[in-house]
Formats: sequence, structure tokens, C-alpha cells
Amino acid sequence: MSGELLRAEGIGKRFGGFVALEDITLSFAAGQLTSIIGPNGAGKSTFFNILSGVLTPTSGKLHFRGRELNGLPQHRFVHQGISRSYQITNIFPDLSVHENVRVAAQALTVSFDIWRDRARLTELHGRADAALDAVGLLGKRGDLAKFLSHGQQRALEIAIALVSEPELLLLDEPTAGMGPEETKDMVALLERLADKRTVLLVEHKMKMVLGLSKRVVVLHHGRLLADGAPDDIRSNPDVRRVYLGQSEGYG
Amino acid sequence: MTHPSSGEALAKPAPGGLGRVLDHRVLLSIAVLALLPWLLPSKALAVNVLIYGVVVIGYNLLFGYTGLLSFGQAAFFGAGAYFTGIAIGRYGVPWFAAVAIAVLLSTCLAAVIGIISTRTRGIYFSMVTLALAQLVYYVALQASSFTGGENGLRGFTVDRISLFGLQVNFLDPVNKYYVLMALAALAMWFQSRILNSPFGAVIEAIRENEQRARACGYDVERSKLVVFMLSGAISSLGGCMLALHLSIVPLDLLHYQTSGMIVMMVLLGGARSFFGPFVGAASFLILEDVISLWTPHWQIFVGAIFVLFVLFLPKGIWGTLLDTLGIGKARR
Repeated sequence: MSGELLRAEGIGKRFGGFVALEDITLSFAAGQLTSIIGPNGAGKSTFFNILSGVLTPTSGKLHFRGRELNGLPQHRFVHQGISRSYQITNIFPDLSVHENVRVAAQALTVSFDIWRDRARLTELHGRADAALDAVGLLGKRGDLAKFLSHGQQRALEIAIALVSEPELLLLDEPTAGMGPEETKDMVALLERLADKRTVLLVEHKMKMVLGLSKRVVVLHHGRLLADGAPDDIRSNPDVRRVYLGQSEGYG
Repeated sequence: MTHPSSGEALAKPAPGGLGRVLDHRVLLSIAVLALLPWLLPSKALAVNVLIYGVVVIGYNLLFGYTGLLSFGQAAFFGAGAYFTGIAIGRYGVPWFAAVAIAVLLSTCLAAVIGIISTRTRGIYFSMVTLALAQLVYYVALQASSFTGGENGLRGFTVDRISLFGLQVNFLDPVNKYYVLMALAALAMWFQSRILNSPFGAVIEAIRENEQRARACGYDVERSKLVVFMLSGAISSLGGCMLALHLSIVPLDLLHYQTSGMIVMMVLLGGARSFFGPFVGAASFLILEDVISLWTPHWQIFVGAIFVLFVLFLPKGIWGTLLDTLGIGKARR
């Protein structure tokens, strides 16, 4: 274990009178796959949006590699080493698959340069292809992204997030809307990713989460309900009540 | 290690020789423009196609390539014309310096309008640009000692211009056309430069998916401001050309109807196509000429044709033509 990567300290978020998150304190070590689960409305997405800078917390502090992230604009989060995918497929539909990933890689180096040729930034082309290869999409590099299947678009989004070589990869329901075949491919991909980097996953599919993660965090009504290894979570009575309750023996 | 990919990211190579030829789109476009006075019924029309084409190139960068629908582009068209006229008429600045100063000042105006408008999105952006452009219109109307008010700006005639020490008779329509064409060529080169650059990739990404572009690490708001200024700069060059051409600046140039006309031209020609702005400008001006011979209510017919285009030819004349020839994907 190589030490703490991300620490959330008393994170809270309100939307008007509604408390979406309250006093979440969590620490994430480098180099493992952690899943965040919870029923609908538990605050998982809000927590994810705070970790990726989309939302600013109303209270609490976020530390990443010892640096405080509060007040940093969203687009700077990637530059710090935090990259994410979205629950609803979020790609550049009318660009080629290759350009989708290349433009993501470019964000870390040049954005306001109008005097160079982008085609000549060859290092970026190579990195884009490597990321596409990692998710198994290299063969589709010339196609427009909108013509990919749903599962391929999800994989493309992971390549977009991956190409920045993030230290922390946040994946919001990467198997949402996928059939069993596509889900199997995605799980294999997630296993490969988890070998090399720190991954935080929001998921609904319990079986998959418990099989894949080293650690599971359970949120309920905006609060931390449980935190532990998959086996502990499986046998935790609170979790069974709120999450697994309706079907005994699930998982 | 070699990357087989270089260049392909911009565009899939088109099959066959036609795509290859279109790699030189700037030179090809200049060649077509050079023949334009002899292809169109009158030289006056050809000059107008040049001028409005440049204005629309600037607008296409903002609307076509970045996806920002502004209703205030007339502000920069007019600003370019007024600044050129004032610099020449009031301060006796040589023509090329007047053009440079006018573009610079118009870019500053675009920075001010851009800082305010790019904070908003969607219909709010369109409305804010419309309102600020109208503000510029009323300033020009009121500051009549500078601008001539509703009579327009007069009193700066450019009849001879010096070109690298050579005196050129600017009243000769052919000379005038080719001098202005050089400025149009500059605008096209600049557009091509931007589209091929890393920043060109950023504005495409913003058009495709603003949220994803931000998550990728791009400063979306600042990028929008920069493209707003570049767009204003190019459109203002069209204004400079108009001032040199007419030797007067009509106040109507700043009116919101001009902004609407620019939107129509880009849609007729084909948003997001390189040569589309000239095709759009030419078809709009020809429609205006032809139909107004026949009825003073030409706008009804132009409006109807515009609606048909939006419904049935969303890629415009040039965009549809490129698609039909199978090179639309290769060259946008």
C-alpha cells in the first residue's frame, strides 16, 4: 500500500434546504479499486461530482496528494490528476474515435496555441492510440464516435478519462445500460485498470461490485453507512436492511 | 516509432484525387475568388461577395465551428468599417494602417462584448449579444460628431492607394477587387490556421460537448472568449473592406438586421464548411438582387427560401454539395 491519495474531511453539500451529503469523512489509499454504493438518492453522484470539481462542497475539505482542492475550478482537476467518466455517456459524438481521445490528451499540454499544426503533435496521436488500445477500440479509431455501439461508447469514455494518465480515476456507473455480454467486457477492462491505478467506482450491480472491489463504501441518505471489505459489507446488518433487504441472499 | 495516424485526426483522407486537391483549400478558394468578377453578372456584386464572405468567415468560426449562436455580429462588421473611416478621414492614417488599427480596436470591442456574453449560454448568449450589438448601434447613432449619426460616416475617399511604393488607382473596379481579395485571402488563411491548430481542436470539442471538454481539462469560458475575439477580428476586417470599397459607412451596417443577414448567409452556404461563407454570401446577394427587381418585398421570399433551407438543407448549399460528392466528411 503506497499511502493516502485522497482525503475527504467532513464533506457536506446542501441544495437549498435539501441536504444531499452530510459529514462524509473518507480516506482513499493509492492503488486499489473502491466502490461506492447506496440506494437511489444516497448521494453517490453528488459525492462524485464534488470529487471531480463539478460541485463545490458547502462544508468540509478535500485533500489530494496533500494539496487542498477546495476552490479549484473544475477544469483544473484533470491537471491535478483526477479524471472521470459520466453516468450518461459523455463523448464528442461528431469527432472521430481517435480525435475524441487525442483532444483529451491535448488538454494537458496546449489549448490556446493557434500557430502550430495539431496534426504535428505526434506524441499526442501515439498516446491516444495507446489509450484506445487499452480499452480495445484501436480498430475503430477512424469511425465517428456517434456510430459506436453503446458499450463501445462507454469504453471510449474510459479511454478519454484514461489518456490523461490520472492518479485517480472516477467511474460513474460504467456498465449503465449494458447487456450481459457488454458488462462482461467492461468488468474485464475494470480488472485490468485496477491492477495499475487507483479507481473509484459508483455502481448499482451488487454482484459485480462485491466481486471487483477491494473496499466498498455504502452511502445512505447522504451519510456514511458502512465502509469495509466486500465480505464485511455483505454481512453488515445495516447494509442488508437498507440495500439488500428486499432480496435475502442477494450477492 | 512512427505513428500512422498523423493528420488523420483532422479528417479521414478522402478517397480519390478530389480529396487530395482539397488539401489545398486556401489556394483553391483564392483561385475561385480570383475568377469571381468574371463568373458573376457584375463586378459590384463580386466585391460584395468578397466583403460579406469575410464577415461570414468570422461568424462561421463562432457559430459553425464553436456552436455559439450570436445575434450581434454586425457590431464587429460595423466597428471595422467605422474605425477604418474615422482613422482615414479624421486622422489621415494611411489605408493599411487604418485597417490594422480598425481590426485591433474591433477586437478590443469583441473582448468587452465577449467577456459579458460568454458567461451566458444558449438563448441567453444570443440575446445578450443582440442587446450589446444594439448598444453599439445607438452609440454610433448618438455620437454623430464622430460617426455622422444617421447619415452615416462620410468624407474619407480612398481613390489612390500605395502598394509597396506603387500608386494604384483604387477607383478602377478591377484593381479594387484584387486589393480587397488579398485581404479576403488573409482572412481565409487565418481561418485555416485556426482550424488546423490545437486551439481549433478545442473549439470543436466545446461545440461537440461543453461539459466533457471541461472535464477533459479545458478552460471553456476562456476558450469561448478567445474564439469570440478571433471571430470579431475577422468580421471586422470585412468592415474595413466595405469602408474602403464604398468610401462611406452607412449606419444600417450596425443594425440587427445585418446580424440576421449574417446568420442567414452562413446557413445558406453551410455552417462549418470552409468555402461555405462565400457561397452563402453570393447566394443571398444574388437572391436579393434578382427578387428585388421584381418586387420591393423581396425579404418575404428570401425568408421563405431560408426556412426551406433550415428544414431541408441544414448543411447549406456548399455543405450539401460536399456531402453529395462524398468529400463532406473529409473537408468541413
